[in-house]
Amino acid sequence: MDLGAIDPALLLASLMVAATPLLLAAVGELVVERAGVLNLGVEGMMITGAICGFIVAVQSGSPLLGMAAAAAGGAGLSMLFALLTQFALANQVASGLSLTLFGLGLSALMGQGYQGVKPPPFPRLDVALLSDLPLVGPVLLSHDLMVYFGLIICAVVWAMLKYTRAGLILRAVGENHDAAHALGYNVVGIRILAIMFGGACAGLGGAYISLIRVPQWTEGMTAGIGWIALALVVFASWKPGRVLLGAYLFGGVSVIQLNLQAAGVAIPVEYLAMSPYLITILVLVIMSADRSRAPGSLGRPFHAPS
Amino acid sequence: MKLHNILTTAVAALGLATAAMAQDKTKVGFIYVGPIGDGGWTYEHDKARLAVEEHFGDKVETIYQESVPEGTDAERAITQMALQGADLIFTTSFGFMDPTVAAAKKFPNVKFEHATGYKTAPNLSTYSARFYEGRAIQGHIAGRMTESNTIGYIASYPIPEVIRGINSAFIHARKANPDVQFKIIWAYTWFDPAKEADAAQALIEQGADVILQHTDSTAPQAAAEKAGDVITFGQASDMAEYKPMPRVSSIIDNWAPYYIARTQAVIDGTWESQQVWHGIGEGMVGIGEITDAVPDDVKAEALALKDAIASGDYHPFTGPLKKQDGSDWLSESEVADDGTLLGMDFYVEGLTGEIPQ
Amino acid sequence: MLKLEKRPEPSTLWTYLTPLVAVLATMLAGGALFAFLGKDPVLAIRTIFWDPLFSEFAYYYRPQLLVKGAPLVLIAIGLSLGFRAGIWNIGAEGQYIIGALAGAGVGLAFYPHEAWYIFPLMVLAGALGGCAWAMIPAILKVRFGTNEILVSLMLVYVAERLLASMSLGLLKNPEGMGFPGSRNLQNYPSAHNAELIAGSGMHWGVVAAFIAVIAAHVLLNRHILGYHIRLAGQAPRAARFAGVTPARLILVCLGTAGALAGMAGLFEVSGPAGQVSIDFNVGYGFTAIIVAFLGRLHPVGILLAGALMALTYIGGEIAQSQLGLPSAAIQLFQGMLLFFLLAIDVLTNYRLVRTAREVA
Repeated sequence: MDLGAIDPALLLASLMVAATPLLLAAVGELVVERAGVLNLGVEGMMITGAICGFIVAVQSGSPLLGMAAAAAGGAGLSMLFALLTQFALANQVASGLSLTLFGLGLSALMGQGYQGVKPPPFPRLDVALLSDLPLVGPVLLSHDLMVYFGLIICAVVWAMLKYTRAGLILRAVGENHDAAHALGYNVVGIRILAIMFGGACAGLGGAYISLIRVPQWTEGMTAGIGWIALALVVFASWKPGRVLLGAYLFGGVSVIQLNLQAAGVAIPVEYLAMSPYLITILVLVIMSADRSRAPGSLGRPFHAPS
Repeated sequence: MKLHNILTTAVAALGLATAAMAQDKTKVGFIYVGPIGDGGWTYEHDKARLAVEEHFGDKVETIYQESVPEGTDAERAITQMALQGADLIFTTSFGFMDPTVAAAKKFPNVKFEHATGYKTAPNLSTYSARFYEGRAIQGHIAGRMTESNTIGYIASYPIPEVIRGINSAFIHARKANPDVQFKIIWAYTWFDPAKEADAAQALIEQGADVILQHTDSTAPQAAAEKAGDVITFGQASDMAEYKPMPRVSSIIDNWAPYYIARTQAVIDGTWESQQVWHGIGEGMVGIGEITDAVPDDVKAEALALKDAIASGDYHPFTGPLKKQDGSDWLSESEVADDGTLLGMDFYVEGLTGEIPQ
Repeated sequence: MLKLEKRPEPSTLWTYLTPLVAVLATMLAGGALFAFLGKDPVLAIRTIFWDPLFSEFAYYYRPQLLVKGAPLVLIAIGLSLGFRAGIWNIGAEGQYIIGALAGAGVGLAFYPHEAWYIFPLMVLAGALGGCAWAMIPAILKVRFGTNEILVSLMLVYVAERLLASMSLGLLKNPEGMGFPGSRNLQNYPSAHNAELIAGSGMHWGVVAAFIAVIAAHVLLNRHILGYHIRLAGQAPRAARFAGVTPARLILVCLGTAGALAGMAGLFEVSGPAGQVSIDFNVGYGFTAIIVAFLGRLHPVGILLAGALMALTYIGGEIAQSQLGLPSAAIQLFQGMLLFFLLAIDVLTNYRLVRTAREVA
């Protein structure tokens, strides 16, 4: 055993990187669920974003363009879900699951011929001198730009929900869509915007994996991160600050687990891997006693009474 | 058994039909466990399938089914291929063992080849590759090139195949450099790019300047490239896009010669059930180009080691070797028998940590 | 302008017409997809929908439809009870895994002893295992009001880890050369869920699925509990006045769903799959949710929906190996079918009306 080999600064830095795709996808889903819609298709939107971003980045040579395409791809796929649930009033659980199935198939087809291709490198923040500072440098100042972008999005969503009128309306729609409708808000329109935002964020999260974290394209490469993002939103009790905390916790369990192994600590890997989910359940139980519940209209279809 | 009768009659009828219809067209089927686009295990099997098509041209038709789950659906997929008139079917994952055995029983006239398993029948062969031979060469290069004396190893599941690879790499790394230490991470996956990237990152941060991997994605290569002064080896496929650094060499699964030979045997009517475990010598394990990032003397040693293994002069598991607990395993110049290697569940002396249970 | 207007009663016509329209629409869209991929669209569609039933080798495929459809139907029936009452168990996949582990564990504990009572005990253990796993969200909901959708989903991941750990550890075949996975129950006669009539595809799981369909039908139409379930879903407040205890309903619905999913897992592991392995679960628990909705939570509907899903699975496999279609295309095709069904389904409960443009 050699715990001294673990450098806390580096550990923290790689934890931030591991948490970023989760954070992006979860913040998006948080907005969707705050609007009262449960979209279980996060995994499908992530993988679609991953391949859209990859193709565009490779073809254009611009990783930033790739990121934009990933957001567009995720949002585009989420429109299918929006059509089904908001216009055709289909069940959200079934629609979301279908979306994942569809997205996995679509991405695999689109990605044929892109295996073994190396995408263009992604720009990193490199502040002269400062990035070389001990501790602060590696943890705060030498990541790729998407890490900061994830943090910014999280902060923006937090501020929007808390301080702006738009956030208030979004929450009203999610808590009680009938009342929001009676007040004259366009419930369906607001929900569609939320769904698209969720799709775009999930797409970015996926592209973070295919363009930065890994970077390569392989079928099914998101390997279940979309599902963890869903768990994360619940864990965070629909609060952006806690999403951030949760993303670091969920990402952290995996990174720390790997670091402990490398340091020669014998750990029961499978049981440790269960822990985030068990913790989430525990949090759910505590929250339900606390009465800070899920958005009131979560998962319920809305049809405007005429 | 009624089903048995129906199926055999059908196959017999079909056999006649195909024989009459396409006298010279042999149909070869492949069952893959992953998508062809996995860039690793299944990708290499499919490359070999294409090589079969190219080699035989019009004489052979190949069919395949990808992403076949192990267990429930595998037997149906295999049966379906046999019904379609396949003469020879390769099932390319360990988990297909029992379904292949069952299908072989139902279709005595069809030849089956199961990769990495241990159950055979008169019409069922097994084939596997001695990847540990390639690991020995990797271990040697790693031991000679490491400056931190720390080598990271991303392992998948604690099964004999993987343990064998670790032992082989370690033995030869230690021979080249007695101060070498291995840091091993069990990823509990064959394929999860994000997790593999994290694992590589953790190893690099803890001082490893060589990363060996027994998982299939290129994520560790990219992590090493980012770190700058870390070397890696391609796994399953050549991963040439990371040449010359960090990827300095690779182990390539090269199934094509075997698939072509077995297809030829079916065409000639000389196919017989066998159990093969081929290595570098037979060409099933390929060693990818050793790049210029490796010093010339190290490269020459590695190539010499490769030649010695290929010709059979040297076996990577040659005594004296002790087990991790210090007990004797192989005495001076004694060579490990295949049975022990196939069921290997122990580390050799010098490796630290425990194999997870 | 077109506008949706809620029908006073679900349309009987559209109830029967939607699946047909959806399948037709999928054939068109799927055909276009296959043509785009350079395959003969008519041939591909025929291979998927026709060949499993009527081709030369249909004698083999037809029984396979039962094998593939049975777990879907069995799980979906259990889920539909809860869905009707507004109880959302989306963790059937986990209950399926735990049922398989519990049942296989009991069977393997007896190995190599042969006795008639081993298989019934395994079925019991499978049902109890699945039921116990479903009781976690049920009790948490009853006791603390915790959201069952999320707890049941979380428990799927926990079950998957447990499965991996079991197949690498406790249940690993001691004679398996160190490879992960349990002994093959197909080679252990007392524990083998064999075909009842050879070549028919009928194993105990298929029988159980049919029994479940009939039982659910009787329950929903003839039994007071079924009435309570429907009432709780349609009018929760009225249900409380009618004396329905929500807690009891939650326990019963989740418990039944868990038990059926657990049994499905056991029948699968002891029959077609044969052994506990890391990738034993192939998503039946999630697909069953879709099946339950496609069948409109109606027992007979679920039976038909299960059959349709099984058909696309088997047909898709044939299309893959015969026409060289990538498995991704089949996945996409199934996704389309679900989208069309879900989308067109709206016409059952709503109708399109033309509204005159309002004059300002």
